[in-house]
Amino acid sequence: MSDTTKIEIRALRKSFGSNEVLKNINLDVAKGGVVALIGPSGSGKSTLLRCINLLVVPDGGSVRVGDTRFAFGADTRLPDVKALAKFRATTGMVFQHFNLFPHMTTLQNVMEGPVTVRRMAKADAEKLARAQLAKVGLAEKADQYPATLSGGQKQRVAIARALAMEPDVMLFDEATSALDPELVGEVLNVMQRLASEGMTMVIVTHEIAFAREVADRLIFMRDGVVVEEGPARQVIDSPQEAATRAFLSHFHRTGALPPATPAL
Amino acid sequence: MYQWDFGILWSYRWLFLNGLGVTVGFTVVIVVLGLVFGLFGAFGSLSRFRALRLTALAFIEAFRCTPILVQLIWFYYALPILAGVEMTPITASALALSLYGGSFYSEIIRGGIISIDKGQSEAGAALGMTPSQSMRRIVLPQAIKRMIPALMNQSIIQFKNTSLVSVLAVPDLVYQSQVAAHDSYRPLETYTAVAVAYAAILIPLTIIVRRGEKRLAVSE
Repeated sequence: MSDTTKIEIRALRKSFGSNEVLKNINLDVAKGGVVALIGPSGSGKSTLLRCINLLVVPDGGSVRVGDTRFAFGADTRLPDVKALAKFRATTGMVFQHFNLFPHMTTLQNVMEGPVTVRRMAKADAEKLARAQLAKVGLAEKADQYPATLSGGQKQRVAIARALAMEPDVMLFDEATSALDPELVGEVLNVMQRLASEGMTMVIVTHEIAFAREVADRLIFMRDGVVVEEGPARQVIDSPQEAATRAFLSHFHRTGALPPATPAL
Repeated sequence: MYQWDFGILWSYRWLFLNGLGVTVGFTVVIVVLGLVFGLFGAFGSLSRFRALRLTALAFIEAFRCTPILVQLIWFYYALPILAGVEMTPITASALALSLYGGSFYSEIIRGGIISIDKGQSEAGAALGMTPSQSMRRIVLPQAIKRMIPALMNQSIIQFKNTSLVSVLAVPDLVYQSQVAAHDSYRPLETYTAVAVAYAAILIPLTIIVRRGEKRLAVSE
């Protein structure tokens, strides 16, 4: 087993009914690597991301994260719920629509994973949760309910909630797509800091400038296949494939990240 | 013009109170049992296993789509012949009313659970929760809040449905008032008083339900 490859995906296939969403996908993410997945909607990038923590169960191929590997195919049995849960506990995921738990305060949201999944004592979990909230700049919002927060704050809480599980890998599923433009910067800043701290990350994003700045590899997908991949700057600045060029022409590719909020 | 004389009912007060006690006690039993059946029906109909789903669906539709009066009579008269189990009128009517209520509770509970955004259970799963953990910690606490007004409503209907057990000679409020009416030759006063008694208990309950609905609307 490789020390340097954190995520290894081989020959991954997934169909929804007759719609083949992923066709023979291979993907490697180095330990501490940051990979950006870009592509038009319906290209399969979100499905690929969801296959990494098996929120979507592939039809064929294999998925390895860290030391745990699952193979899929017509004659292999699906992993049982306990094995799946244990596997997912080692990967953090951040969703487009935050998916915070509305019946809990932000502190309780962040404590939920450690307490319920890791069976951590409440006092220890609270300490950990407060530290994670402080890390995303929201220590003072601990006792508020998600409904009272802005979109950017909600997403930062969602990141803190995922980090409280102390995952090896973080998956971001269009984490800024549901945000008002002026709130995008505060979330991207948290993600950028996480990347610079050496977290292994896979990011599905439409923020091309951010991907260029933060990701070390970039993968362009269309219609369920990887069309082009390589070092992020190289692919964005001089795409080789016509499809990549056509897609990237819709975006500003360079420029500074949106400014952070003063709270950070 | 009819000469009302409610004073005559005073001598039957113990009979009425007795009947009211049976009605209220009976309601408590069938609401609790009905919720248990409802939970089984709801989780059965949401199960991953086809056999469980079909069983739950058969139960729900069988009791939801036949009249409760027919069920009561069937449980008391037909079941002993078919299954060889003798039941007292109280057991038979408690069972029939609980299953009948349970079929409606099932649909309310199922509806509450599936009304919760799929992203919630996904977020739970992504944290490493098993399906039962995410049901307990994430989905149910939110779903129950949405179910409560409908469950209360159904329980109010169940309270009134207990009046039907008088056909099996269970001594509830309606049965006792029949006794009083026959004895006093004053059916108008008797049944008016009975109607008032039901309303006096239910109107405060409906006010509580309505307040709950309003509070729910605010918090969402």
